[in-house]
Amino acid sequence: MDFGLTEEQKMVQDMARNFAEKEIAPFVEEDEENHYYRREILSKMGDLGLLGWSIPEEYGGNGMGWLEAVTALYEIAKVHTSWRLAISGNCWGPAMTINEWGTEEQKAKYIPALISGEAVGSFAITEANSGSDVGSMKTFAADKGDHWLLNGSKMWISGGHVSDTGLVYAVTKEGGGAKGLSCFIIDYNNTPGIERIPITKKVGMWPAPTSELVFENAVVPKENLLGPQDKGFQICMWMLNNTRMGCATGSAALAAACLEGATNYANERTQFGQPIGKFQMIQQQIAEMKLEDDAAKFLVYRAAWLKENKLPSQQATSMAKLAGCNAAVHSANMAMKLYGSYGYSTEYPCGRWLRDAKQFETLEGTSNIHMGIIAGIELGYQPNR
Amino acid sequence: MNIVVTIKQTFDTEAKIALDGKGGIDASGVNLVINPYDEFAIEEALKLKEKFGGEVTVVSVGGDKIETSVRTALAMGCDKAVRVDDPALADADEWAVAEALAKAIAKLPYDIVLAGRIAVDDGSGQVAVRTADALGIPSVGSILKLDVDGDTATVTREIDGGTELIEVKLPAVLTAQKGLNEPRLPSMKGIMGAKKKEISVQTLADIGLSAADATPKMRAPKYSLPSPRKGGKVIPGEAADAARELARLLREEAKVI
Repeated sequence: MDFGLTEEQKMVQDMARNFAEKEIAPFVEEDEENHYYRREILSKMGDLGLLGWSIPEEYGGNGMGWLEAVTALYEIAKVHTSWRLAISGNCWGPAMTINEWGTEEQKAKYIPALISGEAVGSFAITEANSGSDVGSMKTFAADKGDHWLLNGSKMWISGGHVSDTGLVYAVTKEGGGAKGLSCFIIDYNNTPGIERIPITKKVGMWPAPTSELVFENAVVPKENLLGPQDKGFQICMWMLNNTRMGCATGSAALAAACLEGATNYANERTQFGQPIGKFQMIQQQIAEMKLEDDAAKFLVYRAAWLKENKLPSQQATSMAKLAGCNAAVHSANMAMKLYGSYGYSTEYPCGRWLRDAKQFETLEGTSNIHMGIIAGIELGYQPNR
Repeated sequence: MNIVVTIKQTFDTEAKIALDGKGGIDASGVNLVINPYDEFAIEEALKLKEKFGGEVTVVSVGGDKIETSVRTALAMGCDKAVRVDDPALADADEWAVAEALAKAIAKLPYDIVLAGRIAVDDGSGQVAVRTADALGIPSVGSILKLDVDGDTATVTREIDGGTELIEVKLPAVLTAQKGLNEPRLPSMKGIMGAKKKEISVQTLADIGLSAADATPKMRAPKYSLPSPRKGGKVIPGEAADAARELARLLREEAKVI
């Protein structure tokens, strides 16, 4: 057993950290304030190979896998949580799913642009009235012989209105529930009948666009069905088991950012003639944060290791996501408290950390859903995939 | 064009410096990086290669731990590397490092040698100049712009209050100043490719020196940290009186005016 990084992983870590400090950090406050999605960051990530994990090199993959991917994502998310979405939105979501379930034509047509950052990727599952209960979705794809006709709407879709290529899950067998869903590849720039509405009233993740998508007789070519018809639920769960690593890693990184900030502040801020870090109650806060943050990080690495070795990882992924989410919310909360009045000022990052942390309790499986997966597998009620 | 870049591994510029019990610097747990000025040299070397073709060879002196920095230079796009590693260089001073670099470079074909202006750790700024001297070639320091035409380099360098344009015959050693370029980050492809590139590890004997040849002429028996900053001083009273008192203190106590 080795807790260290290989020389190559260390280089990936350094590179991602330098990238985040150089290309993302200078814009954090400005983009937060303006709710601005800085598209060129995605292109730069693509140029440097930061979007091509576990993808064959013939489609532009970077030749590296899960452990390197979470190492890089961690460094990026630590600087700005919103940018963790790039790797899920382009690579682990559409590109990896097309690579697993797609035809040769689909792979060659869609994966390279997602990996190079030329295209913005997305995936759409959630609807206004269908969240955790994926099988209850209503968006319908009617088989019209030579094309599919999509009607319905999707809600809370990351990157939806800026996306070029995305996956959309829809019902293909009425009343089939989870057994009646299919997955479609949508070319947003060439599909009439889709209205994309930005969701601007969000508590956090301001520079990361979120959207409502309305499909009104959207014509989707027959060949854009991804994987077997009516196997969409299976594809969706397979995909979520990958994209959830974005939440797991992003939340663990956010927790680490809170700890780093809190630690520096505790060493610098002086009260009663000494740094506040000397007070035991502050030390308790730091100790709790450190414990939870490291636990979350190690769970992320274990899940990544299982995936890299193609071992069942669903339970480990849910554990990493849940632990990361709990650590992020708790750490953000404590950081704000530790910073005192400054923590409540928007001049300091505590407000952003707290806003961004709260998303993780809902996104890609609520905490309750993950609790259910962990317990269900443990109790033998469901297999660990 | 055959381009040589010399690099040094230094502490991350954000590292907190602490001393060990023996007056030395405690390097444990410190993130080690390529000296930032050397990164400018690497970037300029890669640009020359992109323009004129050829090969970029990284040359550095140090043990196993500098391998990550050498490998990072290869990941940025350099083609191969020479690492001079010998127990006799453990306490090498600037003179010994320059001798070793020069001998290693002399074994290579080279049209130009690029280096950082200064290393951010000890800041001596001697090594590149000494290397040029040992190689018997000219050196130009702190360059901000470089143009190569045939066997002549035209460089702009920083001088007090302005810039100076210098023409120099190649081969020469040029040292990079901040502003010369914006160093690239290694891409994932570069990182993957770097592990297949050759790092030739050479001892002093391999480059034609004996341990006695590399005996340092200087040593640093002790380091000390700056004394901790004292709290500020509030000068009470009316503004005019306080300003007068401030001026007096600055002149007589702080001795800065």
